[in-house]
Amino acid sequence: MGDNHYSDQPENESFAESRRNFLKNTSLLTAIAVTPGVVAKAAENDLGEKIASAFDKVPLKMEINGVKQQLSVEPRVTLLDLLREQLNLTGTKKGCDYGQCGACTVHVNGQRVLSCLSLAVMHEGQKITTIEGLTKGDQLHPMQEAFIKHDGFQCGYCTPGQIMSAIACIREGHAENEADIREFMSGNICRCGAYPNIVDAITEVKNNGQKL
Amino acid sequence: MLRNPCESKEKSLNQQIMNEAFFDKKDYKSLDRVDGRLKVTGAARYSAEYQLPGLVYAVLVESKIAKGTIKSIDSRAAERAPGVLAVISHVNAIKVPGYQTSNQHPSEPPVNGQPLRAFYDNNVYYNGQPIVAVVASTLEKAQFGASLVKIQYEKEQHKTDFDANMDNAVLPAQAKKNPKSPVADYNRGDKNAFVNAPVKIDAEYVLPTEVHNPMELQAITAYWEADDRLTLYDKVQGTQPTQQHFAKEWNLPPENVKVIATFVGGAFGNGLHNWPHETAAIIAAKQVKKPVKLVLTREQMFTMVGYRPYTWQKIQMGATKDGKLVAINHESVGQTSSYEEFTESTLQQTRMMYASPNVNTRYRILKLDVSTPIWMRGPGEATGAFALESAMDEMAFSLGMDPIEFRLMNYTDSDPDKQLPWSTKYLKECYDAGKEKIGWDKRKMQPGSVRSGEWLVGYGMGTGTFGANRGAAAVRAQLDADGNLLMQCAITDIGPGTGTAMVQIASNTTGISTDKIIFQLGNSQFPKAGNQGGSSTVNSVGPAVQAACNALKEQLKTMIASKGGSNAAFASAKKEDIVFVNGQVQIAGNDSAKVDIRTLFKQNNIQKMETTQESRPDENRNKYSMYAFSMHFAEVHVHPLTGQVCVKKVVCCGDAGTIISPKTAANQMIGGATGGIGMALTESAVIDHRFGRYVTKDFAEYHVPVHADVPHIEVFFVNKPDTLADPVGSKGLGEIAIIGVAPAIANAIFNATGKRIRELPITPDKLI
Repeated sequence: MGDNHYSDQPENESFAESRRNFLKNTSLLTAIAVTPGVVAKAAENDLGEKIASAFDKVPLKMEINGVKQQLSVEPRVTLLDLLREQLNLTGTKKGCDYGQCGACTVHVNGQRVLSCLSLAVMHEGQKITTIEGLTKGDQLHPMQEAFIKHDGFQCGYCTPGQIMSAIACIREGHAENEADIREFMSGNICRCGAYPNIVDAITEVKNNGQKL
Repeated sequence: MLRNPCESKEKSLNQQIMNEAFFDKKDYKSLDRVDGRLKVTGAARYSAEYQLPGLVYAVLVESKIAKGTIKSIDSRAAERAPGVLAVISHVNAIKVPGYQTSNQHPSEPPVNGQPLRAFYDNNVYYNGQPIVAVVASTLEKAQFGASLVKIQYEKEQHKTDFDANMDNAVLPAQAKKNPKSPVADYNRGDKNAFVNAPVKIDAEYVLPTEVHNPMELQAITAYWEADDRLTLYDKVQGTQPTQQHFAKEWNLPPENVKVIATFVGGAFGNGLHNWPHETAAIIAAKQVKKPVKLVLTREQMFTMVGYRPYTWQKIQMGATKDGKLVAINHESVGQTSSYEEFTESTLQQTRMMYASPNVNTRYRILKLDVSTPIWMRGPGEATGAFALESAMDEMAFSLGMDPIEFRLMNYTDSDPDKQLPWSTKYLKECYDAGKEKIGWDKRKMQPGSVRSGEWLVGYGMGTGTFGANRGAAAVRAQLDADGNLLMQCAITDIGPGTGTAMVQIASNTTGISTDKIIFQLGNSQFPKAGNQGGSSTVNSVGPAVQAACNALKEQLKTMIASKGGSNAAFASAKKEDIVFVNGQVQIAGNDSAKVDIRTLFKQNNIQKMETTQESRPDENRNKYSMYAFSMHFAEVHVHPLTGQVCVKKVVCCGDAGTIISPKTAANQMIGGATGGIGMALTESAVIDHRFGRYVTKDFAEYHVPVHADVPHIEVFFVNKPDTLADPVGSKGLGEIAIIGVAPAIANAIFNATGKRIRELPITPDKLI
């Protein structure tokens, strides 16, 4: 993980364009953000709608589950809330909104990212994969198959995050043994307590050696 | 690289739980979860995931004081904020008809109290109480609006410190009214037997507040489809109990309230009560005339939807020198809110688990300026078992006896509390299986005698028990011409795999293959069911599934036999012998008796055959004492310098009657053990008493077990049916999975270190 997914994406013309617009808008927003008094005062003076229009007008391009999307989002919208509330991709879950539980894990340019800690506009031009993007037609991803086989869940709420994290865990080379898996999956909480079954599922997929 | 020092390279043994060798050929087989595909693809929809047309968002603003009154609410800025549709509080909330129910004089407090009423008046009862709802067109706008609300309070002195106020504990009102109440004082035999016992222990135990914290945040989407028709997508454990609750609260006929909870992202008890945030969303939906979605924040999960109450216990235990119990006195004080009395069965197992002739129990509650608790997995029994099973270990050590031998010495073959025979009890089988699996022979009586490198090694055990509860439930079953079976019931599935188990019962009863059976649940419009709680689902709904399947067989039998001829054999066939194979009805062992269902339906001019059957507890409940039992063993390693505790291995043995779904049942046991590890080692919600406010309000501060905390967990089931408890022979599993785990770990820590920790969680500071 890390910040490299911000720089490894080529900026084509249109992405650069929208980024400039974004920056133009954000200069106003930053000024507001650092002086909360201004916001309150603006709201009292019925300037709220003007502020809102500035918020509203941020274009955003992303590729989500292989589909190019041209969006218009408020810069304060997290990637998680964008997926769940605006795009109806509710497979990605909100469990804490603080990056502490892992339920919101998605892949950004192939790496696991906590979508609740990430503003949508930070992902301009990037490739997002959610749990809904793992299946190919009717064919489940091997990790999804393994979770079913090993019963790696109960209520199912943490499951999409566990699966996204599990795939990344193997790709990162952090699934060499059960101890590693436990360590590098510890950011994904399962309150039902299906941990040992999840470890079994990941171990099996790892041992099968498929490219994920 | 960071690495958990507890980790071993030992291969996982989890697969062993599924070893079919433990199950007879005729027994239920492991089946993948019927809703597994929906859950691993993200297609399963939980309560906050219904995109209704015109949906808007509500965000709650909580009180920042623990006691007092609201002086003023300045909502002007919020109301003007972009996208905000309404700012709702007691000042402007519409009247909820069900709020005005008390006939008492307003100055008199109600006897058992009552649930907190959202936006009812200006009283503040605890820190974190919902005070205002801001409704807006998007989540972000509602959140921003909520940040602009200013509330002024008139503060009063609050009491949140349990220890400082324990002298104010009282007998629960229900026990005052009814001396036979389960929470009334209990005495068996000589009241003063403890005083003269030859060997005595006398100890106090503390369990901190623990919070359910299911991964899914509590969520509701409320939608008034008409002025008198309400639909709720709600995270609850019972669709019909919730339907009844809100029908009463809004003065509506129950059929006008529809509650959907198709998927519930864990609950562990916090969905057994209806809470103020639900009413808040319903009020908001009524006021803005749009569907409203309200999702609690993780912080709000600590104050708005209950918790396992802080509980103090004292046990005095007396025994003869050769290990016969002569007396147990067990006292408990549990926390509750100032406005609502919450009680649980903390002391029940002390009355029935061991053959002590003399037993006294005394249960009190302490009202504090906090929110109301609610049953949390294993509920009071898990709290009580921590004290009782720790005390049993302490006594065994005082006597110089093996803890299992000591328990066997005081084993009871009938219930000394109800004075009835057990329906079934296979606890000895649990002891035997578990002893071998944990490697009990490696345990030494003297603490600190076993080491692994620099780590101290300890072994401990704890027993669990929980009532084999059963309620009334009904199931609709529909057979189509292709031989597919569709069943419906209002029950929820909060994670154990209810649909999977019911499909297995139906398949076992009819012979229809599991892939041709669908069990639909989580809708109040389906046939009758109570809450999913108290380990009662399989015991209650399972028999209704069986009854519905058998009723279908009877209908078919009559239909077939009425045609006479070669099919007359059906008239006298036993229902057990009637099976469905490949779209045909057959009599087992009679090759000539075969009827094609499609042809039969065609002849009788029907598309489908349908029945709804209800199943209820029977009179055996008065003749037998019915409990499920469990036995948990733990091996821990404790670092003598750092006090770090690693749970190396857990073995769980369950006497839960028939195991319907071995795969999901084992998972449920593993989950209970995981919850028990949290109870024992990490979980504690802490209040800063200066403000009466929790300081542990997220997963960084409130520690639930993560992958790295959970070792290999081996699960074994006795798997012997209890058909006195119910026709499917199940005794329930959810609670016994956790009850007894925390004391097993605490006892193992004593065995490793010689340190007896009586206050959970056992954090490293208590061991160095």
